[in-house]
Amino acid sequence: MKILVAIKRVQDYNVKVRPKSDGSDVDIDGIKMGINPFDENALEEALRLREQELATEITVVSIGDSKNEDVLRHGLAMGANRAILIESEESLQPLGVAKVLKGLVEKEKPDLILLGKLALDSDAGQTGQMLAGLLNYPQGTFVSKIEIDNNKLIVTREIDGGTNILEMDMPAVLTADLRLNEPRFVKLPNLMMARKKTIEKIKASALASDTSTKLELLEVLVPPSRKAGIKVSSVKELLEKLKDNEGIQL
Amino acid sequence: MKILVIAEHNESELNESVFKVISAAKSWNGEVDLLVMGKNTVHVAQKASKIKDIKSVIRLDGIHLEHLLAEDAAKIVEMLSNNYQVILAAHSWFSRNFLPRVAAVLNVSLITDVLKIENNNVYTRPIYAGNVHAKIQSKDPIQLLTIHTSLFEACARDGGNAEIIKKDTPPAMNLTSWKSEKINKSDRPALIDAKIVISGGRSLGSEENFDKVLSPLVDELGAALGATRAAVDAGYAPNEIQVGQTGVVVSPELYMAVGVSGANQHIYGMKDSRVVVAINNDPDATIFQFADYGLVADLFDAIPEINKLIKE
Repeated sequence: MKILVAIKRVQDYNVKVRPKSDGSDVDIDGIKMGINPFDENALEEALRLREQELATEITVVSIGDSKNEDVLRHGLAMGANRAILIESEESLQPLGVAKVLKGLVEKEKPDLILLGKLALDSDAGQTGQMLAGLLNYPQGTFVSKIEIDNNKLIVTREIDGGTNILEMDMPAVLTADLRLNEPRFVKLPNLMMARKKTIEKIKASALASDTSTKLELLEVLVPPSRKAGIKVSSVKELLEKLKDNEGIQL
Repeated sequence: MKILVIAEHNESELNESVFKVISAAKSWNGEVDLLVMGKNTVHVAQKASKIKDIKSVIRLDGIHLEHLLAEDAAKIVEMLSNNYQVILAAHSWFSRNFLPRVAAVLNVSLITDVLKIENNNVYTRPIYAGNVHAKIQSKDPIQLLTIHTSLFEACARDGGNAEIIKKDTPPAMNLTSWKSEKINKSDRPALIDAKIVISGGRSLGSEENFDKVLSPLVDELGAALGATRAAVDAGYAPNEIQVGQTGVVVSPELYMAVGVSGANQHIYGMKDSRVVVAINNDPDATIFQFADYGLVADLFDAIPEINKLIKE
């Protein structure tokens, strides 16, 4: 069984980004970047499936410029067999990403495609479902457990108020929730070895003819902040303030 | 201009979010239809037809729609889409599951978690965990969006008499099959609808403390219990009560953050609350920057004291 894991390069989750001074975009110059956490869970799960001898080959793929090689090397250091960089000069929206990945899936024919359920930068949470739709594949989103029985996928999904379990044939697209697993720590020697590995390169235009969308970013804004609050000195004062200032009678 | 709102329901009641999405749909000054799909939608469609602001209720029934799989839901919306210029739903796990699939098949973008709708199809939505907002314009022939419902007022629930139109349901896609579901039942109000939410962080220290310290106050106030991701990851609370970017986004009248640090991801989930109270023994905790009222105190003393004073 071949698994394709799509990984995105995003800002570190602790970083608080700001708009550029002209408001044209987000200022991410000099910010610590790395693999999108949910995608790391997706890759970890692929590695575990290989350790259970259910998967044979794991390919990590990322879309962007040469800077994306760092997340691909991280993927190789975690244990992926191959890495593919899909070269794209423009920054693609989820629909464009899904179209490019569809082209790669048709070329590589993986049995399972794993992605994170959302990316920390765009907060869109769409690529997996879009890819499944374009391929007309079964989908399992927000997945917190994956089992394989008789070549069927049995996935547990996080839903409102609990979980549900779906069963599906492969090929399929699954998106990982953070609860899926705890990604392994990358050891330095593995990182060193990953530096020497080859990263295959494909132009995005060779995989999808039209990746543009009719979305235009007009402005990036600082959200309205909450009014400055006050500190109270006791529980009694807190309850009085809630009652007198806010009309909340507890 | 025709607009379709996708309703979330449990076959007897419409979800609260539906009324807010209908308000958002009125931004276009067009005719709004409500889509109700499920195993048996007769009763819920009848209730929905009383909503003043809608033109028709479109209902589709099918045995295979009982657990509404993404592939089937997407197929239905895709089938109806050529009648509409705008399609919208609440930004919930329900719609996030299948609307991207619809978007891809229709070759349009999906704009998620819309905070504000302006003229000429300009929207504001949060990016980077809500640290910044993006203003975007879509020139797609169909505007497909999910709405950040806490920022929209609910529309009136009655006074209308919408026509109920039953449509034929496409056959089951049979790409996935539903096996089972585990919903943790609680007598407490749902997080998303609760007027008061009390959330605990990792400072609670254990699952026992989480329950022992917070539950009496939560129940006394008829509140919902929430938790930060750190508390959930530490095993102190179940995942479904997680408030934040990867959990539920809440906007109650009163939000109490107890022993919560104030990580980006958590703030994303609660910053639309009307009044925020933070109780933390660390005076430098980030949460105080988002709180209307901050109390620097040991939560193990403060919470029982609040409960005691309220009872008096």
